[in-house]
Amino acid sequence: MIFWTILAVAMRSLAANTMRTVLAMLGIIIGVWSVISALALASGAQKKVFDQMSSLGTNVIMVTPGQRGTGGVITGSQTNLKVDDAQAMLRIPEVSRVAPVVRGGAQAKHGNKNTRPNLLGTTATYFAIRNFQIQSGRVLSDADCDAAARVAVIGPTTAKNLFGDTSQAAIGQSIEIKGVHYRVIGLLVAKGDQGFFNPDDQIIIPYTTAMQQVLGIDFLNEIDLSGKDETQLATIQTKATLLLRKRHRLMDDVDNDFNVRNQADVLNATSTINTVLSLLLGGIAGISLLVGGIGVMNVMLVTVTERTREIGVRKALGARQRDILRQFLIESVVLSATGGIIGALIGVGTAKFISAIQSNITLVVNTPSILIALGFSTAVGIFFGYYPARRAAKLHPIDALRYE
Amino acid sequence: MIHAENLSKRYELGGQVVYALDDVSLDIAAGELIAIRGPSGSGKSTLMNILGCLDRPDSGHYVLAGEDVSTLDDDDLAAVRSQRIGFVFQLFNLLPRMSALRNVELPVHYLGRKDARDKAIAALETVGLGDRMYHEPNQLSGGQRQRVAIARALVNDPDIILADEPTGALDSRTGEEVLGLFKQLNARGRTILIVTHDMIVARHCQREIHVRDGRIVEMPALANPQNVGGAA
Repeated sequence: MIFWTILAVAMRSLAANTMRTVLAMLGIIIGVWSVISALALASGAQKKVFDQMSSLGTNVIMVTPGQRGTGGVITGSQTNLKVDDAQAMLRIPEVSRVAPVVRGGAQAKHGNKNTRPNLLGTTATYFAIRNFQIQSGRVLSDADCDAAARVAVIGPTTAKNLFGDTSQAAIGQSIEIKGVHYRVIGLLVAKGDQGFFNPDDQIIIPYTTAMQQVLGIDFLNEIDLSGKDETQLATIQTKATLLLRKRHRLMDDVDNDFNVRNQADVLNATSTINTVLSLLLGGIAGISLLVGGIGVMNVMLVTVTERTREIGVRKALGARQRDILRQFLIESVVLSATGGIIGALIGVGTAKFISAIQSNITLVVNTPSILIALGFSTAVGIFFGYYPARRAAKLHPIDALRYE
Repeated sequence: MIHAENLSKRYELGGQVVYALDDVSLDIAAGELIAIRGPSGSGKSTLMNILGCLDRPDSGHYVLAGEDVSTLDDDDLAAVRSQRIGFVFQLFNLLPRMSALRNVELPVHYLGRKDARDKAIAALETVGLGDRMYHEPNQLSGGQRQRVAIARALVNDPDIILADEPTGALDSRTGEEVLGLFKQLNARGRTILIVTHDMIVARHCQREIHVRDGRIVEMPALANPQNVGGAA
């Protein structure tokens, strides 16, 4: 029998039981809808993280202290990254900028206002490496660092916490950290909260000041490097690693006592997390698609039973088993694929709607997720339609004809 | 056209073996109009199912148009039905929500031919329903429905038409009309078997095979051998 004829027959018989068809379809619609929404949510989250991390600069290599030792035996603490190490990095020809970084937390006060931002000690180069822009005032200078000056560049959130709505007037004002006064010399442009770290809520002071006067340490928490050319990051990574191993006098059989990562590595790590998130959300949504499939199977079983006599007549008229099988299989695929298309449309609509009304949630529907959802709904139709269709195909013509 | 030899069909009913057909042999020539008559439970339905290739005998041979069909598998039997046999049922068994034309097209589709529409139109015109082709079964009277069913049985130009109580659901006047149609078709050379328990229906036929308790109790010899094998 010609495919289009069977398709028309399937449509008609589905249309004949509108209520039942719609209810069975609803299961698939909800399934596909939730799959698409879940995947959109996951890829939206990934896009957001990606965008924000890119705003922190992609031409960045981060050297952080690691644990010293071999084979899991830890023999050193995380204090092995020194200012000399940072200065040595400048000898790598591909490196354009180096910024030593120390971090800490400190209570900051202005008048009767109190806040606890991140405290960051570094040099002028840090702003360039990390894409920090100044909205008023100036960034740290080399002179500030050499003199261990008590000056601070503050983020917009910190400024708001300390100076309220007059944060623009913060420049030149004084803030107090651990009983010592610092003069505000610059105000950063907002970058947006990243969840785990808010670059807008921090106080940046010269690293010399931070190490000697606030934190009381002689090691660095991080060294940031940027390359002259973004394509040379891998080379820089290799050279920085070799250089540091030499400086730290590590034997060949000893693991690195530091980590050298570039921003791409970090992005890869987060995208791995997001893949897991996609799988998890998609999997949960997939279960609802499966439940929808069970609904399809149920309806198809009812249909087959109800049309037993019709099956008998068709067989008497010369239908072979495969004709009957194909007829009911197409019917269930039409049912689930139609549900899939409707579900996909609603899913895309939902994503657009939520993105439109809620600016801090991004939903990204990508074509593969639509194709996956449609493919799965069709597969569900075949899988859950096969058993009822086979049952119909195997009916004995006489029994089927006699069925009341 | 039909040569059946020692056909038997058994059923087990509560541990007891019941013979629905017990060693039945019969011959039907092309161009005959035959009634298979018997009370309900006589085995005439079983005989019809086997002759219609809906079922296989447990033993014996059934040769239809020169081909032994008694051991074919389900799909081969389906192919035989679609080529050689046209069914007419007591309750018409038209498929609902499909026009008369689509109902009649169905056997042609199952035969795998592409000219379903032309053949269905021709068959409907043969039974005098050329003007009702696009009506659905529920828009047709009982007699019209049965004529659609006959058109559906005719459409693949089968070797035999098997009618199971074709007038059973019709009033006597409409029943006469349907029988008249069968006689017309027979006059044009069509081999027709009418299964019935009705004496009056049987009287319209040239020959009557009488079945009781799974056996043929009465079978007159071929009436007009010279009439046999008329042009179809």
